[in-house]
Amino acid sequence: MKVMTANRLFDGVAVWLAADHSWSETIDAAEVADTSETAEKLSRAGTAAFLKDEVVDVDLIDIELVDGEIIPTRLRERIRAAGPTNRLDLGKQAQITISRAA
Amino acid sequence: MYRYDEFDHTFVKARVSEYSDQVERRLNGEITEDQFKPLRLMNGVYLQLHAYMLRVAIPYGTLNSTQMRKLAHIARTYDKGYGHFTTRQNIQYNWPALADTPKILEELADVEMHALQTSGNCIRNVTADHFAGASADEVADPRPYAEILRQWSSIHPEFSYLPRKFKIAVTGSETDRAAIQVHDIGLQLKKNDAGELGFAVWIGGGQGRTPLIGKKVRDFLPEQDLLSYATAILRVYNLNGRRDNKYKARIKILVHETGTEELTRQIEAEWKALKDGELALPDADIRAIEAYFAPPELAERPEGTVVLTSAKLTDRGFAAWVDQNTAAHSHPDYAIVTISLKAVGEAPGDASAEQMDAVADIAETYALGEIRVSHEQNLILPHVARADLKAVYDALLQQQLATANAGLISDIIACPGLDYCALANARAIPVAQEIGQRFAALDRQRNIGELKLKISGCINACGHHHVGHIGILGVEKKGTELYQITLGGSADEDTSIGEIVGRGFTAEEITDAVETVVETYLQHRSSAEEIFIEAYRRLGAQPFKVALYGDQKKAA
Repeated sequence: MKVMTANRLFDGVAVWLAADHSWSETIDAAEVADTSETAEKLSRAGTAAFLKDEVVDVDLIDIELVDGEIIPTRLRERIRAAGPTNRLDLGKQAQITISRAA
Repeated sequence: MYRYDEFDHTFVKARVSEYSDQVERRLNGEITEDQFKPLRLMNGVYLQLHAYMLRVAIPYGTLNSTQMRKLAHIARTYDKGYGHFTTRQNIQYNWPALADTPKILEELADVEMHALQTSGNCIRNVTADHFAGASADEVADPRPYAEILRQWSSIHPEFSYLPRKFKIAVTGSETDRAAIQVHDIGLQLKKNDAGELGFAVWIGGGQGRTPLIGKKVRDFLPEQDLLSYATAILRVYNLNGRRDNKYKARIKILVHETGTEELTRQIEAEWKALKDGELALPDADIRAIEAYFAPPELAERPEGTVVLTSAKLTDRGFAAWVDQNTAAHSHPDYAIVTISLKAVGEAPGDASAEQMDAVADIAETYALGEIRVSHEQNLILPHVARADLKAVYDALLQQQLATANAGLISDIIACPGLDYCALANARAIPVAQEIGQRFAALDRQRNIGELKLKISGCINACGHHHVGHIGILGVEKKGTELYQITLGGSADEDTSIGEIVGRGFTAEEITDAVETVVETYLQHRSSAEEIFIEAYRRLGAQPFKVALYGDQKKAA
C-alpha cells in the first residue's frame, strides 16, 4: 500500500495527499492506494501539484495499515510523519499532542 | 575580528536582494524547482525531512556577541527557538519557511554574516583552529589567512563550479585542532629558520565513503604565495578532477589516482606561471587584514591564581570544570574556556535561543565579546581572565552550559542524522544521547580520560566517525538501523583513519558495545596516563574484537 507525500513549497512542511486532493499536514488524512491503479492516480495528482508549484519532492511511499493507522514502512518516513525522535515537542507529534489534549 | 568594508557590505546586500527576487519568482511560479534549487543552495537553503534548512556561514568559527544575539533572534523569530552548531563551524536552522529566508539573510547581513557557499561545488566556509589568537602554543593567528581565503574564494568565477565541494582548514600551531589532514587543503601556519611566516600544505584529505589522509605537498610555502598556490591546486583539480561520478569527484580521488608526486609536479608547474603575478600577496595587504585580528589588549589580572585556588577548594564542580574545560592562554592571567554543548541527554551542538543570548552576554561581560564555534560542536570564549572564571562558570551553570566534559567520552560529535537529514540512513543524535547518559558520571569519564567519540548517520561522515578514537557509522540494513564501530581514528597532527572492528550493532546494542570497548581499554591500558588512542595504537584491534565478538570468526 502507498501514500503520496511531499514538502510544501512555501514553507517546506511535510504534507500528504488526501482524498480530496488537498495536502494534509498529518499522515492520518492521507489517501491510501491499495491497487496499482489508485497508486498511479496518486502519482499523477502529486506530479500535477508539483507542476502547479504547490509542493516539491513528491514521493509515493510504502505504508502499512496497523489497526487502521497509516504506518510508513521506512523509518525515514515514520520520522517525517512524526518529527525528530529526540524532540517530541517538535514536528507533527507535537501538533497531535496539542490536538489530543484540546 | 574582521569588519566588513564598503565592498563587503555592498556585495552581501546585493546577494540578498538577488536571492529575494529569486524566491519571489519561485513562489509566483515564474521559475521552476529545477531552476530554483541550485539558486537556493548557493544561499545555504536545503530541503530536509521536515522542512527547509538554512546553513549560515560562521567564517573560521569566529563570532562576536552582537552576531550571536542575532543568531538567537533568528532562532526565536523564524525557527523553533534553537540552532545546531555543526562540524564545519557553521550553524543550521532546521525549520525556516522558504518565504522567510530572504528576510533572515537580510538580518544576517546587518551583522556582517551570510549563508554564501555553505552548499554547492564551490570553496566552502574556511575553517580554523577554534583557539586561534589565544592559544599559548600558537605560532601565529591563522584567521587573517582564512579571511584572505574567504575574500578570494567568495563567488570566485573560476571555482564556483568545481567537480565537487572543496574544504580548506587552517591551523596556527603544531597541535592540530582543526583536523587539517582530512580537508581538501590543509594549511599549518609555521615559521622557517629565518623567522618568516608560511605554511605546510596538505592536499587530498577527506572523509566520506573514501576516507583518505591528506598528502603533504609543501613543507614551507611563504605566506605571500598563499593565493597563487591555492589557485594552482584548484586549477589542476578543476581541470582534471572527475565529473563523471560524484563519489569520485573530490580532489582526494584525483590525488589517489594520479599519485602525489605527479600531481605535485602539475601543481608546481601551474604555480610557476602564477606566483609572480597579481595573486602574489603584498605584505601590506596581509598586514592590513592581520590588523583586524590584532590580539586584544588584556589587562594584567594577576589575582587570578589566588582567586582560582580558593574557588576550586570550595566548589568541586567548578574545580572539575576548570580542569576539563579551560586551556592555556598565551597570557598567563587568562584562560580559554570551552562551553560544552553536550549536556547529558542533549543533542550535540544544539543551543537554544536563550543559551545563545546568555553566551553573548557572558562573552560581552567577561571575554571582550569574542566567541568561537569549534568543529567539535562546542562554543569557545577565547579570552577569559582566570580571576573571572568562577563568575563565568556560575553564569553558564544557570543555562545548563557548564558540563565539565570537554575532550571526554560524552563530548560527542554527532551529525543531525535521520532525525533531520535527507541523506541520512540512521539516527545519530539518540545514540549520542544514550551514550552520554550511560557515561554521565563525571568521575567515571575522567577516569577514562581523553576519548573522542564521533557518530555519523551515513557514509558522508559529517559526524567525522572515521577520525573518532571510537567512531560509529549508522547504516540501514533490511529496514533497520545498524551501527558499525571503527576504532583508532584521530584528527590531530597524527591523523589516522579508524578501522572497522566487525559486524554492526543494533540501536539497542550499540551503547553496550561502546561500553565493552571502553572497559577493554581500561583493562589493558598501561597506566591512567595512557589515553585510549595511545593504548589502541599499542594494542591493535585484537583485544577489542575479542571483547566485542568473542571468537574471531564472528568478527571477520
